[in-house]
Amino acid sequence: MGAIQNKLGTPVSDELALVQAAKKGDDSAFEELVRRYDRNVFRIAQHITQNREDAEDVVQEAFLKAYGNLAQFQEQSKFYTWLVRIAVNEALMKLRRRKPERTVSLDEDIKTEDDSLPREIADWSPNPEQQYTQSELREILSKTIQGLPPGFRTVFVLRDVEGLSTEETAAALELSVPAVKSRLLRARLQLRERLGKYFQKRESGNGKKPDVTSGDGNQ
Amino acid sequence: MKCSEFLHELTNYLDGVLDEKTKVELENHLSWCHNCYVVCDTTKKTIEIYRDSQLYELPEDLRSRLRSAIMTKCQQQKRRGPQSV
Repeated sequence: MGAIQNKLGTPVSDELALVQAAKKGDDSAFEELVRRYDRNVFRIAQHITQNREDAEDVVQEAFLKAYGNLAQFQEQSKFYTWLVRIAVNEALMKLRRRKPERTVSLDEDIKTEDDSLPREIADWSPNPEQQYTQSELREILSKTIQGLPPGFRTVFVLRDVEGLSTEETAAALELSVPAVKSRLLRARLQLRERLGKYFQKRESGNGKKPDVTSGDGNQ
Repeated sequence: MKCSEFLHELTNYLDGVLDEKTKVELENHLSWCHNCYVVCDTTKKTIEIYRDSQLYELPEDLRSRLRSAIMTKCQQQKRRGPQSV
């Protein structure tokens, strides 16, 4: 898939040019934005909702909303950051519908600073991920991140999986920079601790791997 | 640097945004504090494992279906004219 062409035949490859063309009604420019970011939006949505169908819906609804509101996009931030903000809101709405007994927000489960102080220090084996098959590893990672509160896993996914900067993450989630940093630290430490169960060094004679399917990483 | 201070700076350290003086202090702490060294190293591995995991990749066939559904709905929306979505 090459860069799309504008009317003058010049490649329109950068994001702002695509957004401006889409605003003027060029649907192929918008489609190129979809191609550029659909995988990211899907990943973010599935991390937040933990449900494949919901993630598919979020991808459609987020792009449709972006399309319908493109005229309101001010171009002061990156389109992608704006899109992520829409997608995160859609994903949180899905989560609320699925778990109506709990109010899901980015502020829930935010406790004091001490709640994620490392308790488990044991070192991991070298290349721990190689002890498992790809599908076992995906199961472990998925189950482990599901155990985090939505506010933590959203920050972790945007910063560490999608590679947004702290400032972009703060803008996308409408949080302060210190709030993003604090949640990121706690998300990272909690994931580290939970993964330790699968990855830590085992003494000889006790080399059995934990059962991936019955772990308690989802607490 | 104390262990609690190390933990406070861990995210900035892993993100490579620490000033030089604090970075030297932190690395000095890691050179003798084994527990903090392990926490630092395994936290770094945690991030790398997730980053490289290809968790929740969008399969190409689903991707095409979603994209064409999106574009169809966008065009329907355009035909209906401006409205709040």
